[in-house]
Amino acid sequence: MNFYHYASPTTFYRLAGKAIPWAAWTAGILAVLGLYIGFFVAPTDFQQGEAYRIIFIHVPAAWMGMLIYLVMAFWGAIGLAFNARLPFMMMRALAPTGAILTFVALWTGAVWGKPMWGTWWVWDARLTSTLILLFLYIGTLALWSAIEDVKRSDRAGALLTLIGVVNVPIILFSVVWWNTLHQGSTVGVSHAPKMAATMLQGLLLMTAAAWLYAIAATLVRVRRIILERERKTEWVRELLEKET
Amino acid sequence: MEWASWSEFWNMGGRGFFVWSAFGVTAICVLIEIVWLRRAAGQSRRRLMRMQQWDLSPEGSEK
Repeated sequence: MNFYHYASPTTFYRLAGKAIPWAAWTAGILAVLGLYIGFFVAPTDFQQGEAYRIIFIHVPAAWMGMLIYLVMAFWGAIGLAFNARLPFMMMRALAPTGAILTFVALWTGAVWGKPMWGTWWVWDARLTSTLILLFLYIGTLALWSAIEDVKRSDRAGALLTLIGVVNVPIILFSVVWWNTLHQGSTVGVSHAPKMAATMLQGLLLMTAAAWLYAIAATLVRVRRIILERERKTEWVRELLEKET
Repeated sequence: MEWASWSEFWNMGGRGFFVWSAFGVTAICVLIEIVWLRRAAGQSRRRLMRMQQWDLSPEGSEK
């Protein structure tokens, strides 16, 4: 099997087309299950009452916001190192979903903070570094649209993302390094989860749903980008002809 | 089951506004993205097809 086969936009376009419905439907089913457990099975939190149920979207959205940025930086590095086309297209396809999920993390954090801390927002390390993550996404999207030459635009976006990636460990460790208002991690590798088993099940289901949703959205977007960039090639011409 | 009635469910222990605005805005964001993805894909296809027809037409191929 030739690995480079899958790196060609032609093959990837077909593969992505097959994967999208699976990812999207599985995301939907897992989200319904996760919400059911989150609202009807998971017990009331003894400290936070019912408001804690915001965790079922807040934490998956925050995780995905960071993860998508890391994946973007990965593709940016690959694209710069190997001068390939597909990695840069993947970067552009990932960014809008990452930005939306980071916004969701900030929004759900604000409406969770108000009843728990008495404030929508504080300039503490966790919140501020997450806001910077949103600005990095928006900045990268703006940079791409500002530079017309596609190759230069791709490279500039990749460079900015690689610089901005230092922010991700800052977000992750902010609750350890600094005294913040934000609570410490509930789920971690070094300790048992500090929550009821059903709460954790709901959280994991919602996280899986967020993963698959992000994958589906990214693949839909990358297919459009592939067609636009490869429009002069024979296979795209044939593909478009079949549809007319 | 955690709830005695639906009104208790919507009330969320007095935190209904916060809980439902979190879930509501998330749902709106996801829906907007889905609609946006579909529209963008359709618009892009139509534009590519128009460009292709132009390229194949006599005026387009003269260039």
